[in-house]
Amino acid sequence: MPIDAAFVAAKIGFVFFVVLNLAGLLGWVERKQSALMQDRIGANRAPIFGITLIGLFHPLADAIKAFTKEDFIPARANKVMHTLAPILAVAPAFTAFAVIPFGDTVTLAGKTVPLVIADLDVGVLFVFAIMSLAAYGVVLAGWSSWNNFSLLGGLRASAQMLSYEIVMGLTLVGIFMTYGSLQLTEIARAQGQFFTFGGLNTWIPKWGILTQPLAFFLFMAAAIAESKRAPFDVAEAESELVAGYFTEYSGMKFLMFWMGEFVEIVVISGLVATLFFGGWQIPWLARDGFHVPFTSIVIALPAMLITLAGVAAFWTKVLVLIWLQMTVRWTLPRFRYDQIMRMGWKMLLPLSLANIFVTGLVILLMKG
Amino acid sequence: MEQTVFYVFAAIALGSSLAMVLQRNPVAAAMNLVLTMFSLAALFVLLHAHFLAVIQLLVYAGAVMVLFLFVIMFLNLTEEQLLPGRKSILHGAGIALAVYALLQIRELVHRMPAARPRALATDFGTTKAIGKLLFSDYLLPFELTSVLILAAIVGAVVLAKRRLD
Repeated sequence: MPIDAAFVAAKIGFVFFVVLNLAGLLGWVERKQSALMQDRIGANRAPIFGITLIGLFHPLADAIKAFTKEDFIPARANKVMHTLAPILAVAPAFTAFAVIPFGDTVTLAGKTVPLVIADLDVGVLFVFAIMSLAAYGVVLAGWSSWNNFSLLGGLRASAQMLSYEIVMGLTLVGIFMTYGSLQLTEIARAQGQFFTFGGLNTWIPKWGILTQPLAFFLFMAAAIAESKRAPFDVAEAESELVAGYFTEYSGMKFLMFWMGEFVEIVVISGLVATLFFGGWQIPWLARDGFHVPFTSIVIALPAMLITLAGVAAFWTKVLVLIWLQMTVRWTLPRFRYDQIMRMGWKMLLPLSLANIFVTGLVILLMKG
Repeated sequence: MEQTVFYVFAAIALGSSLAMVLQRNPVAAAMNLVLTMFSLAALFVLLHAHFLAVIQLLVYAGAVMVLFLFVIMFLNLTEEQLLPGRKSILHGAGIALAVYALLQIRELVHRMPAARPRALATDFGTTKAIGKLLFSDYLLPFELTSVLILAAIVGAVVLAKRRLD
């Protein structure tokens, strides 16, 4: 029993450490990438003993600054709700990562441990259920600040998050139908198989992006809308609403909303990597070793090396997807609010329903 | 262990639902209801009903209550608009009714035969098991519910559209 508890604690610690640090680093990535894209120099200060390390110490400086700043609560604000809101914005995003597998199983001390904190049967649904709670952070922040800009931001965010949650859920139904499971480890494992064409092995892995290409684009769009970042950032639209729902926040509470947003980016990337890019799978690298394509040659490799390569592959995919989201954020201008609503309900929703229908049709035809 | 978790979440559920009724501030009441939903979901997990727990969170805590908050925020009630605390005869009647209902429930619980613990099927509460039940034994209620929801959707569209052309 104690060894099981130790494994669980180690996994929680690992995920928490990686996600928290990644989210912290994203604050720097966001500035540096936007600077590169806009032909500026960007974050290059915050030296420690004269070493700036291309501005990598900025997140550290930000944290110290935020902790020492005055924690301001507006006079007529609801103090309890005002304090509760940033907590509700961060906590669900972290919790959602509990069901995302970051590697295959590992055998240590005679025990086979799956590299996921909780391998739930309901899998993806858990992520949605927990992420939907993040809406409260935003709504409460908007309502409790006693500020019209905040209230407008909160209203916009709640309507937007509710609308795009539906699209997010429906686009993934195609994935569930293709891989026959909601469990994220099973979905990831199923993507290690290859497409067969007339009984012939094509050696193309069955990744979600190949079996469900439309779902990938729909999900990505809905997920970016769900994390309320540009081009969907009307909830905080700085040119209209000052800072939207977190206008009246300062210090660490302000930073917590940022953390929540960055953790959400990491969670979305982890989810997309698992559902559409094979999770920890590396093409042609199976449990027993590397399968050379179009031959039956297997180069045997130690199991531990394969597992570690899988973990590295998963986080690499996450990093690439984070880069993609950052690039989208600094490329596209903000939509108008009615455009966002029209896109969600009149374009993405019908397309995701059509995707379910076509997937069902294809599965039926292939079976019979 | 399981018993401790049960008592913790049962206490939270009871406390938050009581706070929901007693709160004057509508947003605080709504948030207490969310907490009640959340602890109920935790109790479902203890009963191995994982799917039900997640759906409880997703539908009630995640969607229905956000809409509630949305409407409350639209009304944007101020302290003055909320009812002043009047001790009317209705308060007394309400408390009497609550006590009577609790006594009746206690009576019912006493009358129930003692539950015999049964071994659960290995797939109890999984998505697959629930899906199979929904599309076999409970197909008719399931389809009827979907018709009901369709009617609600059509109704919402008619109400939202100011003039039908």
